[in-house]
Amino acid sequence: MNRRVATAAILLTLSLPLPAIADVGALSSERRAEIGHMVKQDCGSCHGLTLKGGLGPSLDPARLNLYPEGFLEVTIFHGRPGTPMPPWAPILTPNEIRYIATQLLSGTWYEPK
Amino acid sequence: MNQNNHPLLVTKIALLLLLWGTGYALSACEVRGTGDLGIVIERASGSIQIIDTTQRISLGRVEGLGDLSHASAVYSRDERYAFIFGRDGGLTKVDLLCQKIEKRIIQGGNSIGGAISQNGKWVAVSNYEPGGVRIFNSNNLELVSDIKATPLSESKRSRTVGLVDAPGDRFVFSLFDSGETWIVEMRDDGSSTTQKFSGVGIQPYDGLITPNGRTYIAGLFGEDGLALLDLWHPENGVRRILDHYGRGEQKLPVYKMPHLEGWASAGERTFLPAVGRHELLVVDSSSWQEVGRIPVHSQPVFAISRPDGRQVWVNFAFPHNDTLQIIDTESLEIIHQKQPGKGVLHMEFTPRGDEVWVSVRDKNRVEIYDTESFELLKTLPMETPSGIFFTNRAGKIGL
Ligand code: HEC
Repeated sequence: MNRRVATAAILLTLSLPLPAIADVGALSSERRAEIGHMVKQDCGSCHGLTLKGGLGPSLDPARLNLYPEGFLEVTIFHGRPGTPMPPWAPILTPNEIRYIATQLLSGTWYEPK
Repeated sequence: MNQNNHPLLVTKIALLLLLWGTGYALSACEVRGTGDLGIVIERASGSIQIIDTTQRISLGRVEGLGDLSHASAVYSRDERYAFIFGRDGGLTKVDLLCQKIEKRIIQGGNSIGGAISQNGKWVAVSNYEPGGVRIFNSNNLELVSDIKATPLSESKRSRTVGLVDAPGDRFVFSLFDSGETWIVEMRDDGSSTTQKFSGVGIQPYDGLITPNGRTYIAGLFGEDGLALLDLWHPENGVRRILDHYGRGEQKLPVYKMPHLEGWASAGERTFLPAVGRHELLVVDSSSWQEVGRIPVHSQPVFAISRPDGRQVWVNFAFPHNDTLQIIDTESLEIIHQKQPGKGVLHMEFTPRGDEVWVSVRDKNRVEIYDTESFELLKTLPMETPSGIFFTNRAGKIGL
C-alpha cells in the first residue's frame, strides 16, 4: 500500500464506530486458547499460520504498533470493504476482538523465522 | 581368514543387521510402483506423510518442509517425486520411494501454489511476495525464468494467483491486484515468452483449467462473474461469463477464499463454488451459461467431482468447516451429509473414485470413506492434516 492509500484507509477505518470497549479479563482461559487456535488456523488461512502474510499482509507487531490506537479492533470488527479482509463482528464478541488486537500488538502468535 | 579379524567381522555383520532391522530399512529406497501413493500435508508441523491407498496406510513421514499453510503439490511425470509448494516460499522436491527430501529451496517470500509443465521439465511457482511467477528446472530446481508481475508501486508488484499448466508447455495465471491473465510459453532452453490480457475483472482470486486443457477460468472476488480464456483461441481475448450472477444481492463476508483447483466437471455440467454465498453454481460446460444453483450448507470452499462425475463432494468455509455434503450430479440433489469434525480442509478421490480421503484438521486425522455406501472405512492419525494429493495427478492437465 502506498502512503496516501494507507492514510486514507486509516482515516476511513477510524471514522467507523468502535466496538463497545470491553473487558478482556472476562475471557476464560479456555476461550483464549480457542481464540489462539482460531487466529492461527482461520486468520492464518489468509495471513499465514505464522502470521507472516499470505493474501492478507504480515501481522508483524513491529508494523502493527505504528497504527493509531483502536485501529486493529476496528479493522477486525468491520473488516476492510473492497478487500478480502472480512468483518469478524458476526463471529466474535467485542471482548474477543479486543483480546485478539492486544495479542497481535504483542506478537503472541507471530512467528518470525 | 585371519583369526584376529573374526570378531570385527561379526560385529560388522551384527551392526548391518541391526541397521537393516531398524531405521536403515525405512530410509532405504523401496522397489515398488507409485501409482497408489500420495501425500498428506501436515500443515502445522511442516511435514508430510506418504500414504498408500491400496493398503490404506501411512508409509512414513518426511519432515523439515517449513510453513505448509495453504501448501499444495504436483508430481513428476514418473510419479516418483512430489514438488511441494509452501506458504513461506519453500519449494521442496520429495522422493516418495526413498522417503527423503531430494532438494529444497526458498524461492520467494510468500507463495501460493505451483504447477508442472506438460513435458515435466519445468516447475512454476506463484508468488505473492515478490509478486510474480518463477520457473525452475524440475531436475535440480535451478531458476530458469523469473516473470515479474505488473508493478503497483515502487516496491510492490501484483500478487499472482490461479497458476495452472496448459498444453504446449504453457503456464497460465492471473494477477489479483492488476486484474490480468497471463500465458507463459516455455521454450526448450528454459526461456519463455509472455502474452498478457488486461481488464479481465476485479481481483481474480483463483483460476482453473478444464480437464481437456482448453479453457482457463479465473474467479473474481471483487465482482460477480468469472473471466474465461479459450486457449485454443487466445486471440479472442478474455470474456466474462455468469456476470449477472447474484446481481443486486448482498454478499456475505468470506472467511475463507474458495478454491477452483480440483473443481468439479461432471459430463456437460461444471460445478463451481460461489463467492460469498451458500450456493454452488451449475454451469453448462460448452456454452458456459448458468443452468442452476444448488443451495448448500454454507459457503463452499472445494467442490470436487468423483472421477466418474456422478457425485460432487463439497466442503465449507469457517465457521462451518465441520461438514461435507455430497451432491448427485444428475438430480442436483444433496444425497448425503456428514459431520466429520472441525476443519474439514480437503478431500481427494482414489484414482478411480471408489474411496475418498478427507482431512479433518482438528481431529488430527484423515478419514477414508467408501463413496457408494458413505461408510467410514478407516482413519489414519496425522498432525493437523490439510491438503491430500495422490500421484495420479501426474497425468492430469491442470493438477
Ligand atoms: C479471507 C482472507 C482473510 C481472513 C480470513 C482474515 N484476513 Fe485480515 N486481512 C486480509 C486482507 C486481504 C487484508 C489487507 C486488506 C487491505 O488490502 O487493506 C487484511 C488486513 C488485516 C489487518 C490490517 C493489517 C494492516 O496492516 O493494515 C488486520 C489487523 C487483520 N487483517 C487481522 C485479521 C485477523 C485477526 C483475522 C482473523 C480473526 C483475519 N485478519 C482474517 C484478509 C483476511
